[in-house]
Amino acid sequence: MSASDLRALVMPKWGLTMTEAVVVKWLVDEGADVELGAELVDVETEKILSAVESPASGALRWRAAEGSTIPVGGLLGVIADADVPDDAIVGFAATFEAEFTPETEAVAGEGPLPQYVEVNGRSLRYLKLGEGGEPVVLVHGFGGDLNNWLFNHEALSAQRAVYALDLPGHGESSTNVGDGTLATLAQAVADFMDALELPAAHLVGHSLGGAIAAELAGTAPDRVRSLSLIASVGLGRELLAGFLDGFVTARRRRQIKPVLEALFADPALVTRRLVNDVLQYKRLDGVEDALGAIARNLVADGQQTVSIRECLATYPGPTLVIWGAADQIVPASHAGGLPERTHVEVIEAVGHMPMMEASARVNQVLAAQFEGRLTA
Amino acid sequence: MALTKDDLLKAYRLMRTIREFEERVHVEFAAGEIEGFVHLYAGEEACAVGVMLHLTKADRIASTHRGHGHCIAKGVDVPAMMAEIYGRATGSCRGKGGSMHIADLDAGMMGANGIVGGGPPLICGAALAAKVQGTRDVGVAFIGDGASNQGTTFESMNLATVWNLPAIFVAENNGYAEATAADYAIGAGSLADRAEGFGMPAATVDGHDFFAVHEAAGEAIRRARSGDGPSFIECQVNRYYGHYEGDAQTYRPPGEAEAARANHDCLDKFAGRVTASAGIEREELDDIDRAVAALIDGAVSSAKADPAPAAAEYLTDVYVDY
Amino acid sequence: MARTITMLQAINEALDQEMARDSSVIVMGEDVVGGSGAEGEMDAWGGPLGVTKGLYAKYGDRLLDTPITESAFIGAAVGAAASGLRPVAELMFSDFVGVCFDQIYNQAAKFRYMFGGRAETPVVVRTMYGAGLRAAAQHSQSPYSIFTHVPGLKCVMPVTPYDAKGLLIQAIRDNDPVIFFEHKGLYETEGEVPEQSYSIPFGEANVVREGNDVSIISLGLMVHRSLEAAETLAGEGIQCEVVDLRTTSPLDEDTVLESAENTGRVVVVDEAPPRCSIATDISALVAQHAFDALEAPITLVTAPHTPVPFAGVLEDQYMPDAARIAAAVRRVAGYAQ
Ligand SMILES: Cc1ncc(C[n+]2csc(CCOP(=O)(O)OP(=O)(O)O)c2C)c(N)n1
Ligand SMILES: [Mg+2]
Repeated sequence: MSASDLRALVMPKWGLTMTEAVVVKWLVDEGADVELGAELVDVETEKILSAVESPASGALRWRAAEGSTIPVGGLLGVIADADVPDDAIVGFAATFEAEFTPETEAVAGEGPLPQYVEVNGRSLRYLKLGEGGEPVVLVHGFGGDLNNWLFNHEALSAQRAVYALDLPGHGESSTNVGDGTLATLAQAVADFMDALELPAAHLVGHSLGGAIAAELAGTAPDRVRSLSLIASVGLGRELLAGFLDGFVTARRRRQIKPVLEALFADPALVTRRLVNDVLQYKRLDGVEDALGAIARNLVADGQQTVSIRECLATYPGPTLVIWGAADQIVPASHAGGLPERTHVEVIEAVGHMPMMEASARVNQVLAAQFEGRLTA
Repeated sequence: MALTKDDLLKAYRLMRTIREFEERVHVEFAAGEIEGFVHLYAGEEACAVGVMLHLTKADRIASTHRGHGHCIAKGVDVPAMMAEIYGRATGSCRGKGGSMHIADLDAGMMGANGIVGGGPPLICGAALAAKVQGTRDVGVAFIGDGASNQGTTFESMNLATVWNLPAIFVAENNGYAEATAADYAIGAGSLADRAEGFGMPAATVDGHDFFAVHEAAGEAIRRARSGDGPSFIECQVNRYYGHYEGDAQTYRPPGEAEAARANHDCLDKFAGRVTASAGIEREELDDIDRAVAALIDGAVSSAKADPAPAAAEYLTDVYVDY
Repeated sequence: MARTITMLQAINEALDQEMARDSSVIVMGEDVVGGSGAEGEMDAWGGPLGVTKGLYAKYGDRLLDTPITESAFIGAAVGAAASGLRPVAELMFSDFVGVCFDQIYNQAAKFRYMFGGRAETPVVVRTMYGAGLRAAAQHSQSPYSIFTHVPGLKCVMPVTPYDAKGLLIQAIRDNDPVIFFEHKGLYETEGEVPEQSYSIPFGEANVVREGNDVSIISLGLMVHRSLEAAETLAGEGIQCEVVDLRTTSPLDEDTVLESAENTGRVVVVDEAPPRCSIATDISALVAQHAFDALEAPITLVTAPHTPVPFAGVLEDQYMPDAARIAAAVRRVAGYAQ
């Protein structure tokens, strides 16, 4: 960074409806040196609490006050070299503020919207961001939906088209999950790719979605350019006792909250809004049955009953496995004993939701995976 | 009871006053000048006036949500009524009741009523008071065809017979309770048959015909005053407007109200008869029309100009102070 | 998929979906079809405000217009519920409960207990409540506390279209008698509602705004006014937590107490008069179970102990508004022992 370079740290936009967020806590002192991609500040939207990363390396010269509400695109901080005079920093911030016009509500609602596609008698919701390149399909986990990729989807789509779908029985897709087996769900993903004319794609799967992606890689390897599994099921026997059952049967905030808290290393990430969103989904007729059917195929007597190790053994493409070291749902030890070629990335102090809890790192590794830059 | 010319002119004046009042409220409501629920009595004037011409101030009536006509016929002050509908401090209820609750106990008017079937039990009480006090006063409960199906109505009719009360039940059957036809909702078909089942004489009359109502009411009230107990009268009638102001009335066949107005209007009928055979000149009626129009004009303009209730009024009148 | 609809539409949709799903669901009330026996358009009214409009075309005789005979038809709904149907009876205005209370109070509410747990009465009574329409003393009351007082009745008062649909579906599926209160001033409120059927469990209050300074516990239309006040107060640096009770029976005591313990300062906002009310009930709850956390007296913002007046100037004072709520919150926030 040259002396004259000043970079604005701005409020990011996570998801379609975000218009502003509150500065909760700075993770870095004013004046401290920061690296590109380092987490600088925790901000909270009505949906989620997350960290904003540094857009450059340099010194953090100016910070918005904790507790203040900043619109999307508004100034959070200024990164510059340590020798840039204070006046210049203050001037930069003032000019930025003067020239900045926040998005109006109407504009905030624009941008790509989720779409629906009829596949095999089911309606599947998906969101496509980005264009061209080798396409990516993001497959969420048990009880999740395409919003699980809030912090990844846009970042990953800079170079290529990235599709995030709602699995059957999830989000706003049809609740019909058939027999609820991995094979059925993997077929639904394959059908989805057919419907969108994606002969092959990079598959990224989280948890249950990992097993689904692996199943597809095992049965139709030519359709899977690369395989990225995040905290996947199917690699060992343990799974947090009562988690699936608790998730399936919870109807109330008090019941679901502890279940959701187990997903994250830091339970504070479970905001009221997140709880409400999950409850709203779970209240829909048919969802409990759908999740129950899937759960029955995943565990028996508290142990996982599916294994994707064979799929991984036969799948010839690049394979990436990401895990949070503090995962309470599926232990990170399951990342052991994988085929030699597998690139394994275990992230400290992260739970079962690395793509949310350590989005910067996950995004970096995934981008490298898509570009063939990863080695075992 | 023979009707004198004065009686007839009074009857006409009252019916015309009700009509003019309702037509005007209709217009003012549509203009957005009046708030709340308003149910108009236009078309049914002969029922109220046919009965009320027999009553003294001391006799009591209980009315319904469609109460303006009963109030006017019973002698409630017309400008005060209009002011009440406008929610003014000068209103009959000082702005606290509105159209659906106009009352004047001094005039023997126990209130319009927001509860369908709320009136008949009250009239048993009024009649009981008259009986206990030995006054020869009577109580008249006005009900609609809809209210005729309410349990409180049945219970009151039975009680009136059991206690041999000086009570009269006047059912104004205008064919509808809101959007539901009387033909659908009245299981027995005939209201008069039902009343007889409760042990009281019943008459069914054309409610557009002042003279028919007046005659039937005269007999019922005579019975009541002489200690012979309750009676029932069904007046078959039409309402000219919707159930309430704002009702699109698509449940009615097109032209129904217009046809009733053209063929069965109580004022036309009355005027035709009294000018033909009672020695009343059309001009005398026209004079009344003009006087009534002026009265209503004045009532509306004073209501509009009158003050709203004082803010603190909302806390008064809950309990009697000692 | 969710789209924006009104509360009126959400209620209609809940009835529609439950009637489609379960043939034992029937709907009855005065003019719920609207036009029975009349020569004009059938289904002319579809309910006094059009809430049941369109259902007759789909479900025919499973919608029943009733004579004006609340005691008989509310009672018939109760009896039918105890005999295998799931009736949704509409008591047009909750003020009219006076003429049919026995069937609710002594019959529906008592069956299950009095018959040794051997009876279920899955009846729903939908009814309008609330002031603000210049409808005066007999068409404007908020009598939910009377019903809440009765063991054996569940009492529900939705605040958003989303809640209206999910709570009504729950009410219909529920095996106990449920009184479902619809505020006249909320029918046109818009909000996002999923097209699919869903149900919201009873006894789950909704924290509609989070804050650490003062808890505003509220219900019905007053939740909207409380939110309005909270917005103003946020500008003054007072962060309010607004709790929508959603159901007063069962009552989500935990959420109320959790909020009270968090803020230590509680304002209860209720549109009904204050004696023996939801407001006093909530304040008793907080006083009993969160006393140690309290940093200010519990404060009630309610209607006065009077009937509802007609004239606009009077009725506007009668109903708690955002300004009164905000003033109460300021007092409570600034209270120092
Ligand atoms: C106890 C009660 N139930 C229902 C209503 C609603 N309501 C007001 S007027 C009315 C119809 C009354 O019909 P009817 O008695 O024939 O009188 P009309 O309106 O025809 O004069 C109804 C159902 C009410 N006010 N009170
Ligand atoms: Mg009628």
